[in-house]
Amino acid sequence: MSNVVSIQDSALHHSHEAHESHHHQSFISKYVFSQDHKTIAKQFLITGIIWAVVGAFFSVVFRLQLGFPDSTFPFLENLFGHWAKGGKITPEFYYALVTMHGTILVFFVLTAGLSGTFANFLIPLQIGARDMASPLLNMLSYWFFFAASIVMIVSLFVQTGPASGGWTIYPPLSALGEASVGSVVGMDYWLVSIGLFIISSLLGGLNYVSTILNLRTKGMSMTRMPLTIWGLFFTAILGILSFPVLLSGAVLLLFDRNLGTSFFLSDIIVAGKILPNEGGSPILFQHLFWFLGHPEVYIVILPAMGITSEILAINSRKPIFGYMAMIGSFFAICTLAFLVWAHHMFVTGMNPFLGAVFVLLTLLIAVPSAVKVFNWLTTLWRGNIRFTPAMVAAIGFVSLFISGGLTGIFVGNAALDIALHDTYFIIAHFHLVMGVAAFFGMFAGIYHWFPKMYGREMNNTLAYIHIWVTLIGAYLIFWPMHYTGLAGMPRRYYDYSNWESFKMFGGMNQFISIVVIIVFITQFLFIINFFYSIWRGRRATENPWGATTLEWTTPVNPGHGNWPGEIPEVHRWAYDYSKDGKDFIMQTTPVGEEETKGH
Amino acid sequence: MNTVAMEQNNRIHPFKFNLWIAIGSMVMMFAGLTSAYIVKRNQAGWQDYQLPPEFLYSTAAIIISSLTMVLAKRAFKGRMMARYRKLIFATLSLGIVFVVLQVLGFTHLYRMGLTHNSTVSVSFLYVIVGFHALHVAGGIVALLVLALRSRSKKERNYSSISVELAGIYWHFVDLLWIYLLVFMFMIR
Repeated sequence: MSNVVSIQDSALHHSHEAHESHHHQSFISKYVFSQDHKTIAKQFLITGIIWAVVGAFFSVVFRLQLGFPDSTFPFLENLFGHWAKGGKITPEFYYALVTMHGTILVFFVLTAGLSGTFANFLIPLQIGARDMASPLLNMLSYWFFFAASIVMIVSLFVQTGPASGGWTIYPPLSALGEASVGSVVGMDYWLVSIGLFIISSLLGGLNYVSTILNLRTKGMSMTRMPLTIWGLFFTAILGILSFPVLLSGAVLLLFDRNLGTSFFLSDIIVAGKILPNEGGSPILFQHLFWFLGHPEVYIVILPAMGITSEILAINSRKPIFGYMAMIGSFFAICTLAFLVWAHHMFVTGMNPFLGAVFVLLTLLIAVPSAVKVFNWLTTLWRGNIRFTPAMVAAIGFVSLFISGGLTGIFVGNAALDIALHDTYFIIAHFHLVMGVAAFFGMFAGIYHWFPKMYGREMNNTLAYIHIWVTLIGAYLIFWPMHYTGLAGMPRRYYDYSNWESFKMFGGMNQFISIVVIIVFITQFLFIINFFYSIWRGRRATENPWGATTLEWTTPVNPGHGNWPGEIPEVHRWAYDYSKDGKDFIMQTTPVGEEETKGH
Repeated sequence: MNTVAMEQNNRIHPFKFNLWIAIGSMVMMFAGLTSAYIVKRNQAGWQDYQLPPEFLYSTAAIIISSLTMVLAKRAFKGRMMARYRKLIFATLSLGIVFVVLQVLGFTHLYRMGLTHNSTVSVSFLYVIVGFHALHVAGGIVALLVLALRSRSKKERNYSSISVELAGIYWHFVDLLWIYLLVFMFMIR
C-alpha cells in the first residue's frame, strides 16, 4: 500500500481522534489558525461578508453622486473628510470608489468569498473525505487572503487615496504617479494586495483539485459527484491556470512603476514634460490582464452554477436533467474561457480578422451556457417544487443568468461592441450575468448549507423578504442601464449633468440610486438573519432538506474529521429523487435488487 | 476507517499531486512572461542584446545539480545515508553556484550599460531570469532543510517523500531554465 494510506491514517485519523477524545482545543487553534476545512470555510465567508458590506457601501456613495449631482450630503464629509468636502465627493474619490467597488466585489467577495467558502466547506463533506489534501496549505490560503485584505484596507487610508484607475488597472493611468492621485502609492498597495490574493487563491485551488481527484471515498466515482463539486473543480482549474498570468502582469507593472522600466509605457507627455520611457506597449498589459480577467468571470460564476444545479434538483424532488451534459458544458465553458479574452479589447485597434475569430469563440460560449439553462428549466419542469429560500435564490440565479447572458450575445459581436464599449450597457450586462447572479448563487448556497455550517436554521420570513427585494431591486437597477447605455451614456463619468445629451437621464439616474439604497439596506436583513441564527436560530435536524449527498450523513455539528465513525461508502449518484416511489435515496444506500436501473 | 482510506484513490501521494499542480501554475506564469516577450519583440523599438557567458556556465551547474539530485534520491531509497548526505550537499552547493553565476551575469550586463531599464528587451531579461532565480532560491531553501536534516543525529525519518518533492521541484526549475535559455537564444 502506498504512502497515501499512511498519511491519511496518521494525519487525519489522528486529528479526528484528538478532537473526539479531548474537546478542549485552544481558542486559537480552533477558531483562528484552524486547519479544519469547515472553520476555514466560515472564515472565508465572514471575511467575504465584511468585504461585501464595504464594497456595496462604496457603490451607494458613488450612486449618491450619480443620482444627485447637485445635492450635498453632510454625513459624507464626516465620514470621508477632505475627500467629500462640503458633503460632495471629489472626482478623484469617485474614481477611487468605483475602482475599489470593482476590486472588492470581483476578487474579495465573489472569488474568495464564494469559492473560498463553498470549496472549503463542501468538497471534503460531499466527496467523503476527512479534510483537504493539505490542511496546512488550506489554512495558509485563508491567511494570505487575510493579509491581502489588510493591505487593501490600509490602501484606503493612505493620504493620496487608494488605486483609482478602474479595477482593470490599465497603464499608463495605473503606471504613472503623475497620472492620478490614486496612482501615487495606492496602486502599489493594490498590486501587493492582489499579489497576496493570487497566492491565496493558488494555494486554495491546488488543494481543491488534488482533494477532489485523490480523496474521494469508496464508490464515489467522478460521475457520481454532485454538480457543486464539478463546478468547484473547474473553478479551481481556471484559477490555477489564469491567476499566474495576472501575477506576471502585476509584477511587470510594479517594475514600471518603481524601477523605471518601460514594459507598458512609451512616448508619454505629462503636463508638458516628456517622460523617458520608450518602447513599451499598454495593450500588452491588457492582454495579460484579460487572460486572467476573462476566466475570472467564470471563476465567479461556475461555483454559483454548481450550487444552483444542486439546489434546483433537491427542491424540485427530481434528478438533475442532463447530468453528463452539465459536466460537458462545464468543461466546454472552462476551455472556451481561455480563448476569448480579446473580446474585452475590440476597440484596441486589433486586426479585424483576429477580432472575428474572437467573436466566433465568444459566441460559442452561448452553446454550453444554453445547455445549462435548458437543463435547469427542464429540472424544474413538472417538479414537485418546494420554494425554500435557497430555491427562490437559485431560481433567481437562473433568471438573472438568462437576462444578463442574452446581452452577452450583443456585446460579443465586435460590430456592436465597438459602439457599446464602455457604456452603461456593459455595466448592465456584467452586473446581471456575473455580479448579481453570482451573489444569488452565494445566497442560495448560504441559505441551503447554513444548517450544516452552524447546526441551526435561518429565519425564512427574513430570507424571503431579502431575496425578493434584492431580485426585484437588481432588475430595477440594471434594466434601465441597458437603455441609457444604448443611448451612448459612457461609464465612469463623475457628473452626467455636465453633458447636454445625458441630462435627460437625470431622473433615471436618481431612480436607480434610490433603488440601490433600498437594496443596500435590505442586505442587512440577511446579515442580521445570518449572525442571529448562528446563536439563536432554530436547531437544525440532520437532513433538513431531504437531500441525498454525503454532507447530510454527518452529525448536525460535525467535528474535525467530519464522520465520527468510518467514512460512508457511496453506492449511487447524487440525484435519486422520486425514484421507485421513494422521495429520495441517500448516496450511501446500496442499490436494491428490485431497483430501476440508473446511475 | 482503515478500509475506507485504503479504498481511497492512492495512485499518487497528495503532496506530490499538489506540487505538480503548483508546477502547472508556475508554468503558466512563465508562459505569460515569455508570451509577453514574443508579442513585444514583434513590435517596433525592440533592441537585440547578447546573453552574458555566465548564463552558459550556470546552465552547466544546474544540469549537473539535477544529476546529483537523481543520485541523491537513489542513495536515499537505497538507505546509503552517507552517500545521500554527500550528494545532497553537492546539489545544494551547485544550486548556490547557479544563483551566484546568475548574479554575476547580471553584473556583467550592468557593466556593459545594459541596465534593467535601458531597453525593453533587457528589462524582460531581468524580470524573467530574475524570477527564475527566485524560484531556484526557493529550491535551495528546500535543499538546505534536507541537508541539515541529513546531518541531524536525532532525525529518524525514513519517508522519502520530502526528498522526492525536492527532487521534482529541482528538476522543474532546471528544465525551466533550459527552456528559458533556449527561448532567449532563439527569439531575440
